[in-house]
Amino acid sequence: MKWIPLWMHQLSSPPTFYRFASVLRPWCIALALILTAVGLYGGLVTAPADYQQGDAFRIIYIHVPSAEMSLFIYGVMAVAGFIAVVWRLKLAESVAMQSAPIGAAFTFITLVTGSIWGYPTWGTWWTWDARLTSELVLLFLYLGVIGLYHAFEDRRQGARAAAFLVLVGVINLPIVHYSVQWWHTLHQGTTVRLFGPSKMEADMLWPLLVMMLASKFYWAASLCGRVRTDLLSLESGKQWVRALAEREGR
Amino acid sequence: MNPKRKRRLIIVLLVIAAAAVAISLTVFALQQNMNYLYSPTEIDAGKAPPHHQFRLGGVVKEHSVVRDGHSLKVQFTVTDRFHDMPVVYTGILPDLFREGQSVIVTGHMDGHHFVGTEVLAKHDETYMPKEVADAIRKAQAAGRADPKHMAHPKGGS
Repeated sequence: MKWIPLWMHQLSSPPTFYRFASVLRPWCIALALILTAVGLYGGLVTAPADYQQGDAFRIIYIHVPSAEMSLFIYGVMAVAGFIAVVWRLKLAESVAMQSAPIGAAFTFITLVTGSIWGYPTWGTWWTWDARLTSELVLLFLYLGVIGLYHAFEDRRQGARAAAFLVLVGVINLPIVHYSVQWWHTLHQGTTVRLFGPSKMEADMLWPLLVMMLASKFYWAASLCGRVRTDLLSLESGKQWVRALAEREGR
Repeated sequence: MNPKRKRRLIIVLLVIAAAAVAISLTVFALQQNMNYLYSPTEIDAGKAPPHHQFRLGGVVKEHSVVRDGHSLKVQFTVTDRFHDMPVVYTGILPDLFREGQSVIVTGHMDGHHFVGTEVLAKHDETYMPKEVADAIRKAQAAGRADPKHMAHPKGGS
């Protein structure tokens, strides 16, 4: 099993990851586009209207995938941040810091679509229940990480400091996820379940799962692009970047 | 693992553990305030603040909604199937407000009545087409009422 650490070690070197990300990115974009088209068609056209909310429930096809991504990306950021703090791996620092704006965007979409959904169904745009509040805290954590990263003169030092904040903020993830079980909230419980049956008819569920998959590919594509650019500027004096620039320049 | 990395690893784990402990303690200390709403049973047990505004949560009891013909005044009973709480409210109700639906009413106690200032409708995490919902309702009406389908404000249903 010695090849796994070796492979990881090779992939974590910036030039190798740069090439890997360049190959991966177009595929991820293509898959994200196709899956989004299929998922939206399924969600907006073929899925039947809900017995209580009618067509208003269809915003779930944006709201739930972005909510799931807001937690998922924070988790990835935390793992990368952990590696960055302990092993000082340049790629891990880059992945953690470049994840933050994508995660912040998904969190923002979650809050906005939730608000738009809340007004016609619950009767209010916003309420301070545990789920909504902890999701708002998640947005502030993302913004704090982005801010802290940019507050340092030295980018690698900034990345490590911000990674520390990411790790402290990990405590918020179980709070967001379990808030609807631990406390009385206006927000309903979890519909899509990893374990046990989901609380949704199959006709309505499959487009949601497709959209959740599509958002993963979008995230992968976006992260590949961002990390690639970041590595180029971090390693701008290095031989491989100069070679690349010469090759591209011709 | 070299000693430098090992030290960093231990520091990181300690910081995370300390943050987890601090936040858990805060959350437990605020448990009372973290509760978004009180059920009629909790009000009956005297857990709700008697003179302050708070939120009442439960199901609108079947056949309890009485609308005033001349104004927006409406009377209904909120129940958690153990205790009932009569509510008076004047204003526009959300679309999902109906008998058997979970609602959250903001307001205060006035004697044995609850005077609402805002009514929010809660919906559960179940989504299905109308035909399926009708079929379930028919099956229940046929006398095979499943207690699991009975809405209950606790447990986020």
